[in-house]
Amino acid sequence: MHSLRDRWRRDRVLLLLALPGVTALLLFHYLPLGGNIIAFQDFQPFLGIWHSPYVGLDNFEPVLTGDPVFLSALANTLIITLIQVVFVFPLPICLALILNATISERLKRLAQSILYMPHFLSWVIVVALFQQMFGNGGMLNAWLRSADLSTFHIVGVPELFKLMITSQVIWKDTGWSTIIFLAALSRVDPAQMEAAVVDGASAVRRLWHVTLPYIRPVIVLLLILRLGDSLSVGFEQIILQQAQVGAGASEVLDTYVYNHGIVGGDWGTAAAVGLIKGIVGVALVLGANRLAHALGEQGVYAK
Amino acid sequence: MGEPSKLGFGARGLVLGLGCLAVLVPFWAVLVTSIASPAEVNGAGGFVLWTNQPTLDSYRAVLSGGIVTRALLVSAGITAVGTALSLVATIALAYALSRPGSLLQKPILLMTVFTLLFNPGIIPMYLAVKQLGLLDSYLALILPVLVNAFNVIVMRAFFQGIPGELRESAYMDGAGEMRILLRIVLPLSKAVVSVIGLFYAVAYWNAFFSAMLYLQSSEKWPLQLVLRTYVVNNTPIGSDQLSSNVENLPPQISVQMAILVISVLPILFVYPFIQKHFAKGLMVGAVKG
Repeated sequence: MHSLRDRWRRDRVLLLLALPGVTALLLFHYLPLGGNIIAFQDFQPFLGIWHSPYVGLDNFEPVLTGDPVFLSALANTLIITLIQVVFVFPLPICLALILNATISERLKRLAQSILYMPHFLSWVIVVALFQQMFGNGGMLNAWLRSADLSTFHIVGVPELFKLMITSQVIWKDTGWSTIIFLAALSRVDPAQMEAAVVDGASAVRRLWHVTLPYIRPVIVLLLILRLGDSLSVGFEQIILQQAQVGAGASEVLDTYVYNHGIVGGDWGTAAAVGLIKGIVGVALVLGANRLAHALGEQGVYAK
Repeated sequence: MGEPSKLGFGARGLVLGLGCLAVLVPFWAVLVTSIASPAEVNGAGGFVLWTNQPTLDSYRAVLSGGIVTRALLVSAGITAVGTALSLVATIALAYALSRPGSLLQKPILLMTVFTLLFNPGIIPMYLAVKQLGLLDSYLALILPVLVNAFNVIVMRAFFQGIPGELRESAYMDGAGEMRILLRIVLPLSKAVVSVIGLFYAVAYWNAFFSAMLYLQSSEKWPLQLVLRTYVVNNTPIGSDQLSSNVENLPPQISVQMAILVISVLPILFVYPFIQKHFAKGLMVGAVKG
């Protein structure tokens, strides 16, 4: 073993290289992490973090006593997560199976190029596109009007908001999310598949017994990551459209934090809700991962 | 694989075709509306899907000075500077972390990976940026997202895939770490550097919330905020916002669609280059990393 001094002399260039990145992580991940202390303060911007008085758990009151506004934000968040796990999550798997079964390599490439693209557009652009298509003055309604048909009010209708944002998520990310499944599908052993065909296995059975085992670890991994993210649902996407439908249908935990803290100046409560959200998020990932291990899957990290 | 059934073949083709149309039709409508003549747009009461008199008037209107032109320059500047800084910091950190056994390598790796698990939250983030005196500064759009741990891990995995003998023989010949990084590792890592660079560039170009949160004066707005105000929120855009030498402003919707096209175009331009590198191993390996 080298002495510390030798190692310093040998590795100081490496440490110097790490310095800018490490500094950025310290300043913008770890320093704010410590800033969560204001969740226990009656934070006053002019007093700052050092001089604001401590108030114990007062800021957690909306959470502990079940303030209706908070509960509504929590409910919206969980409903959106549920909708997206049930309806959005399986779509890329289906699309990947379809792409994988496409025989013409050129056609497959072309479809992939087109379907991946929306992933790289910003939420502002996606929301703008949806409004231009489905808004009251949008393309769909202009066409219905010109055909003397009755028009649809879709944008700005609170009841349809969750449907709207789910469609946007599907449009933006279904194509891109197939990548990881396609990579797993490319490992399916052709000899095994042929043997199954020779043995007379039906298409469904081949899918179940031959193909699925290759993509199951990926499905479990992504499901874990999605569950760990249960409390985060499309913040940019929702904040962009919140004014049109009102808070009742669209307030989720992240927008609650933003609206109460940055907009409303109730820094303590906002930070408290944000802190709880972060802690529950970590617990969810670790819990889901443990569940995966218990079920004999690999999960995010090996045991 | 298996006997191709006509029904399955047709159904698959239909799904793929509809999926592609769902992506392409909005773009087509936006593009054509941005270049259609005012008479056509007004006649259709909004969107058109075909034009016989294409005109670039709406582009001339938004690009000849005024708020859109300025926002375009701001976005381009942030993207260029941010991507360059992010790449340098990411490459340097990934290289330092690609050498197991070096001083502090383990704790630094751990602290990098940990940032993936825990998000500090909006309020503390805002206060940190404020505390550091970065409010209303373009640096607030760059420094907080300077290094993305995920990108660091991907790049580190790539660096570690480079045979160690190459480095060792260079070391024997008296090359220092910097020389090894610049002359041996980087030339072998063009693919991963360009993919990560493009990921950063897309993220900087698309950033919306950080600009909304940290920039107070509207003169500093990047394109995404202009897009939100004048296209998503439908705030009327007139000669006050554009340059004064535009007479006969094109129809509102053509101007809006021109802004939309301008903000999509750079993405469409770099997209083929990113796409070339969607090697299947890259991301999967990283997620598992």
